[in-house]
Parts: sequence; structure tokens; C-alpha cells
Amino acid sequence: MGYPHKPHPKEMVVLSQYFGDAEARTYDGWVKRGGYQALEKALAMEPAQVIEMVKESGLRGRGGAGFPAGVKWSFMPKEKKKPHYLCCNADESEPGTFKDREIMRWTPHGLIEGCAIAQYAIQAEVTYLYIRGEFTEPLRIMEQALAEAYQRGVLGSNAMGTGKRLDMYIHRGAGAYICGEETALMNSIEGRRGNPRIRPPFPAAYGVFGMPTTVNNVETLASVPHIINRGGAWYKSLSLSHPKSTGTKLFSVCGNVKRPGNYEVTMGFPLGELIHEVCGGVPAGRTLKACVPGGSSVPILTREEAESCKLDYEGCVEKGTMLGSGGLIVFDDSADMVYQIMRLARFYAHESCAQCTQCREGTAWTVRILQRILAGQGEQKDLELLLDLSEQMTGKTICVLSDSCAAPVVSGIKKFRGEFDAYINGTRRPRPVLVHA
Amino acid sequence: MADLPLINLTIEGVSLSVPKGTLVIEAAKQAGVMIPHYCYHSGLPVAGVCRMCLVDIEKTPKLQIACATQVAEGMVVNVHGAQAREARKGVLEFLLINHPLDCPICDQAGECELQDYVFQEGRARTRYTPTYAKRFNPVEDFGGDVLYVPNRCILCTRCVRFMDHVAEEPILNVSERGDRAYIGIHPDRRLDHPWAGNVVDLCPVGSLLSKDFLHKARAWELDKTASVCTGCSQGCNIHLDTRDNVVVRARPRANLEVNQYFMCDHGRMQYRWMNRGDRIEAPLVAQGDGLVAVSWDHAFARAAQILRGASGRAVVLASPRAATEALFLAKRLLAGFELTAAFRVERVSGEAPLAGVPNLALRGERAPNVMGATLLGYAEQFETALQALNRSAVVLVVDDPLDGVSADQLRAAGHVIYLGTALPDPARAAHVVLPVANVAEEDGTFVNRDQRVQRYFQAKPAPGMARPAWWVLGELLAELELGGPFTSAAEAFAWLAAEEPRFGGLSYELLGTRGAVVPAGQPAGVSA
Repeated sequence: MGYPHKPHPKEMVVLSQYFGDAEARTYDGWVKRGGYQALEKALAMEPAQVIEMVKESGLRGRGGAGFPAGVKWSFMPKEKKKPHYLCCNADESEPGTFKDREIMRWTPHGLIEGCAIAQYAIQAEVTYLYIRGEFTEPLRIMEQALAEAYQRGVLGSNAMGTGKRLDMYIHRGAGAYICGEETALMNSIEGRRGNPRIRPPFPAAYGVFGMPTTVNNVETLASVPHIINRGGAWYKSLSLSHPKSTGTKLFSVCGNVKRPGNYEVTMGFPLGELIHEVCGGVPAGRTLKACVPGGSSVPILTREEAESCKLDYEGCVEKGTMLGSGGLIVFDDSADMVYQIMRLARFYAHESCAQCTQCREGTAWTVRILQRILAGQGEQKDLELLLDLSEQMTGKTICVLSDSCAAPVVSGIKKFRGEFDAYINGTRRPRPVLVHA
Repeated sequence: MADLPLINLTIEGVSLSVPKGTLVIEAAKQAGVMIPHYCYHSGLPVAGVCRMCLVDIEKTPKLQIACATQVAEGMVVNVHGAQAREARKGVLEFLLINHPLDCPICDQAGECELQDYVFQEGRARTRYTPTYAKRFNPVEDFGGDVLYVPNRCILCTRCVRFMDHVAEEPILNVSERGDRAYIGIHPDRRLDHPWAGNVVDLCPVGSLLSKDFLHKARAWELDKTASVCTGCSQGCNIHLDTRDNVVVRARPRANLEVNQYFMCDHGRMQYRWMNRGDRIEAPLVAQGDGLVAVSWDHAFARAAQILRGASGRAVVLASPRAATEALFLAKRLLAGFELTAAFRVERVSGEAPLAGVPNLALRGERAPNVMGATLLGYAEQFETALQALNRSAVVLVVDDPLDGVSADQLRAAGHVIYLGTALPDPARAAHVVLPVANVAEEDGTFVNRDQRVQRYFQAKPAPGMARPAWWVLGELLAELELGGPFTSAAEAFAWLAAEEPRFGGLSYELLGTRGAVVPAGQPAGVSA
């Protein structure tokens, strides 16, 4: 990462090469840095060949689920009977995650290029860039870059002079976290309330406006030009641990570290090294207590687990958590885990779309119990209740928002029970919280 | 549907075959298993949000919602397995934490699905700390007949989906998010769609209430009777709910051939006249300047005397609200005369369709049995019939309200026999008045505009000595040795079916509660 810090020698800079380089934002600057060569190359290939190449690279979804991108593309109907759509999910709103924002701020043309290639591969006429409502600066930059791309003939009805139609529209979200869920995102684009849809039907069969649709994360799409330029085999070779996790990954590091920011490392990079070396470690005089590796929705890791965790899809699962979106939240020994977990739960209670009963009622109830514990009024049975509610909130709803609320609660109680007990048995001073956000 | 391949599956140990594409929740009904649910409704698009119908399907890792899962070959569904029960118990506990539990003052109590399922499989006690606040929003008047009590709402979105996809007037939504969510209404609109009242029936809890029915009765005090709506010629199937022999409301009764699960607001209000108090309670005969109450035997004897002594022309002025049986028997009674049989019907221009259901509307013809009268040879030529009175020996009025008809006009005929529920002023000119039951007080049939004969059932007793028209006319026919008497409406209908070719082959047994379309053929008495 080149902004605001110089890249650390242990980083593997691919996506973040031009972070901090304002000239790369312009069309000319981007072309000077080798931009749009990948698109030109891809447009000369058959769509199926592009998909094959991405399959070969092993690129997996960077939004959280980690589904192989090429495989996802291959779900789109081969024989085109209806319009196809690509949606670029730029609704980055997972607490602790801010990597897509930097991609859009510094390399907007890189994202446009990635979208255009993917769009061509899945035979879509139109890409919707769904940008989070709060992202005002990235929005402005993307709009500028998009206008430039049209002006220079990259996009439009005769994209890159090939006679092919590649259109791209920006759709601005209104600030709902749930709109980052792919089916809610599609509803939002259609002008409906951003509620997740029941699956099946899956987006590749019945997506936005009822047409075959693929939804990809910003980072996934931004990685595509590099794969086209340097080959699937090269991308596949970027793997430090498990061969099924390939390429580089941006980690948004925040919390108790000396140098928070975005860092790009090769898949399988040790989490301990990322915290202690690349980010400069926790502030002086403090020790690492815990961390959340993949955005707020994944189970919390203790220090021991974190320091032996390999940062890739399999490595995180091995430690009982998930790589998620790569939003790394670091807690040192000053952190109050009960409060932190309450704060996360409160976020989910606020953002629940209110469709499924377990989520609508369960997230809010979870917050009330946690606030009661913080206020010193908790009882031991409240912890059992929290675990039981979490069980009811896991795997029973349309989307995974309620699972996401349950994950930190369950792992928090399991791994930091002492802190909960301290509030309950009165050895820790109560910390009353204003009721409800 | 017949050509769809059949899928074999097992639900709660019951093996069955259903057409491909059937939802598990519907297949379960056929297996005799009721899967608890809130948001699912056969007449609405699937939402899959309440998560109440979670069932355990063997070989799938997670519990599945029965309302959005299609049957598959060899599928084994466990509805009452431990896992599924535990999940539903969880849903019920969640639904109750923000629910006020004000059942003692809630109209829905006794017919509330939240009560039913909590009683059936919920927790005995909540684990929600009593000091926590419950969500509170004030009661809101949605307009029309609908009141919204948000505190009781479980956000199943049936009302929203009804307005979006069935009424096709999308003015309701889910507003806010999380546990602050509630049903919102368009700021400039009211729930005054002619079919909006259905949201009250669709609401599984006491959140959407009928203002008309508000605090009128407890559900467990009500008797329900299958009936047919009298509001127009559509013939929606309904239930009449009575308490202590007073009709307190009408609600739709499912019939996929006619009204699916719905009825219009106009039809809902029809119950009111069924309770009117100014009824004729005894047979009356003319004596001196007025009418005097007499016994049935006396009245029949007088009417028979009139009919025996008369000949030539006769007129029947019938109401298209009368039962098919009454219309038929009235004509038989005057079979020996040169007969003019006429009716009139209130017509309103324009229909109020329910957009999402084919061939369903509040029709312009505001009476339930226009088709029945037409099939039996009655003509919509009321004025012509009135003009024929002065040349007629007898006029028989069958419950026409006689609006705009004077006593003198009636008296122009030799004799006037009035068969009715109430006694309008001109009817005081009658020589004999025979009090009859209204639609809520007798068994009978109506024929709807699509020639579907449908039975309705007696919901309450008739006042005083009033009797069903089929009984009254049957006795009179017997007195004249022309037919009858009948001990039931079914018998009267059997005679009708035997005599009238268009009703051939039909019987009460065959009609059941869903009715049947009359056999094809040219309606009798219809001239072009």
C-alpha cells in the first residue's frame, strides 16, 4: 500500500500499486501505467476463454463468501436469450472494512476495466456500479472516471472500437448495510426496498429486473485485469499456504495498531506478522488481546489463535473464523470485549432489514441483554440465553445478517467469558449504555 | 396441472404423490399435516419471511421453509421433529417479545394464529426480561374500514403483498428497519380500495382490525355459517358470523372458482339489513280497512281461495334477491294463469375489479340471483309487468320492496298476494301477506352471473312466524294440489331440478358448499 504509508517490504503490491498516486486516477495516467491493455486483450478473446482464465487463476470472491469468481461467471446462461447484467458491489459497509473505498479512490479506471472484462465474459450489456451512499469522494472520482471512459471510447456502444456494447451506470445506495447482500442490492437497483430475496432462484437465473445477473465485489473485479495481463498461472502462484487461496488480498486494518490502513499481502500471509510487523504492532506498552480478521461478521480470534492464523480462506476456517471481507479489527488489552460485542450487535440490530423474525427481534434482544450485562444487572443465565438466541439466529433466515450478529457473540462468550462474568458478579464497574441506537 | 409429472414424497410418515412444482406446505395439507405459518397464504406471492414453517428435510444440512421449497422425488419431510419444533419455538418466542399480549381486549383473540401456535408449540414462559420496553407505536386509522394496531404486528407482510400484487394498488409498505419496523401507508393515500377490507382477514394477528366489527364480539361467541354474498351477481362465497342470532359480520369463504379467498367491502356491509327489526312476524289477511294477523292455516286457506277463484292473467313481481327455489315455486303456483314474470335489479355503472384475480369484481348488478331469475324465465321488464296489472286477476309479489309502486297500482289487479320479509306501505294493499325468511334465515340457492348454482345455509332463526319462502309456497301448492309440500329446501330444489331442464341433474348433495355450474344450453325465456 502506498497511502498513507510507504509499502512494507512484506507486502505484495498488485491492486494497491498506485494508491496515493493521483495521476493514476485519470484516463491518460492509467493508460500510461499499462491500463486498458487487459481489456483490449480480453475483447480479442472469446468470453468463454476469459472465464477459463479466471477459473485457472483461482480468484475467489473478495466480498466475504470466497466463491470462485470464474465458476460464478460460468453459471450465467451460455446461450443468451435475455439481457445479462453485471453488478459491481461497491456497497462496502462491513464494519472494519475500507478496502474497496481505496480502490475506487485511487484506481477508478482499474475497476472500470475489471468490470468491463467481467461484463464481456458474462455477455452483459450493462454493469451497475452500486456505490454505498456514504462514499461521497469515491463516488465523485468514479463518476469522473466513468465520464472519461465514455469520452475516450472505452465504454459505450462501440467499446474500444470493437463494435461491442459495454455500458456502465453508477447506482448510489442510500446507506443501508443490507444492500451489500447481493439480492438486496438487486432489489435496491430496481428501486425496491433493499430486502434480501429468497433463493432459489439464484441471480444467474433470475437477478436484477428478473434477468441473469452476476454480482461481484470491487476487489474481485479490480483483480481481473491483472489476471488477464499476467495470466491465470501467475495469479495462481501467489499463494503462501493453501493452494485453493490464490492471489493478493487487501486487508483493512483498524483498531489498536500503530499504523492502521490498507495492506496488500499474498494469500496465506501470517496474521501475526501482519499485525506485529506490517502494521507496527499494538501501541507501546500494550499487548494483543484479540482480533476479528474478516470484518465484524466473523468469529473473534484470541491472541494465540491470531498469531498462528494463516490469512487465507482455509487458514481462517481452521481457526474457527472466516477470511470474510478482510476487515481486520485489532483489540489490545485495554479493550472491553463485552462493550465491543454489544457495539457490534447494536450495528446489526440497527441494520436488520426486518424481514425474518429471528433477525428482526433477535438482534435487538441480543443488544438489550448485552446492555443489561454492561449496566451490572446481568445474571449468569443471561449468557446461556445469549448463546441460545444465537443458535436460533444461525442458519434459519433468508440472508446471513443474523448469523453475523450471532458469530461475535458466541465466540466472545466462549473466548472471553471472564469479562462477562466480571460484569455479572460485580467485580467490574458497571458501564451503563444509553438504551438503543 | 393435470399434465405435470407426479413427485413422490413422504411427509410425517405419510407417502403421497403431488404434481411437480407443488410447495411442501401445500403438499403437507394433502397429507393431512398442518405446517404452522404466518407469512404464507395460498392467495398471495411467497415471502418466506416469518420463518415459522421451518421443517426438517432429510439430506439437507439446514432446516428449510416449507412455503418456498418445492417437492422433490424421494423427499422425506419431518414437520414435528425435535429440530424443527425447537426452531419454531424460537420464532414464537421472538414474535412475542414485542407483542403486547393484550389478548383480553383484542378482537382477534380466539381466532389468532399467534395464540394458536404459541399454545400449540410455544414456550410456557418468556425469557424476555419484563423490564425491557416493548416496541410502541400508536394505533393508526388506515382509512376505509381498517384500523392498524402496530404493537400487535408480526410483520408477516400479507397486507402489503395483498395491496401490491392482488389489489395492485401498492400503498402499504414496511417502514423502518430492525425491530422498529411497522406497516406504513402512503402519506397521501387511504386504504379505501373497494377490496381493502381483505387485509383484515389476511392479518394472522389482531393488528389490522375492522372498524365495523371493533369490540363487537369475541370470536368464540360466534357461530359461522356458510353463505353466499348478496351484494352483487358475482356470488362470492362467504361465512356469516352470528352471535345470539344476530349477524355481526361477513367474511370470505375460499372458493377458487369464484372469489378465491376474498370479498369486497360492499359485500361485507350486506349483513346489516339481515338484522333489520321491522319484520313481518305473522301472516296477515285483509279485513275491513286493514290487515289482521292470522294463523298460517287461515292465511293459506285465504290465498288458496283467491287463486282457485281467479283465472286469466297473473303477474309475478319477484326480487332477484329471492332464492332460486322461491322463484321457481312462485311460477309453479301461477302455472294455470297467463303469466307475466318480471324482476328489477339495481344497476350501478362500472365494476370494481380485484385486479390480481381473474373474473372477480364487485359487479354493477347489485343482486345475487339475477341469473337464477333469468334461467327460470323471469324477464327484467318490471314496468311492463306493472302495466299488465290492471288486466290481471292476481299479482304475486315475491319480496320486491315495491319502491315507486303505489297501492293503487297494485290494487288494479284483482287480488294481491304479498310474500315478503318486511311490509312496505304499498304492500298494505295486499289481500294476503305471507311473512318469509331472509337469506340468513333459510337454506337456499343463488345462481351467479357465471351460471354457478351455489347453496347458502341458515344462520339464524326467522322472526316470529316467518318461514322460508320454499316452505310457504310449498304449503300453498299443496293446498291447491299442485305440488309440495316440502320438508326441506333440498326437496324443493329436487323438484326444481326435475322440472327445469337447465337445472337437470343438480341436487343439494352435488352442489355441496362450492356449487356447480348449470349444464350447458340456451337459458329458458331469454329472448336474444
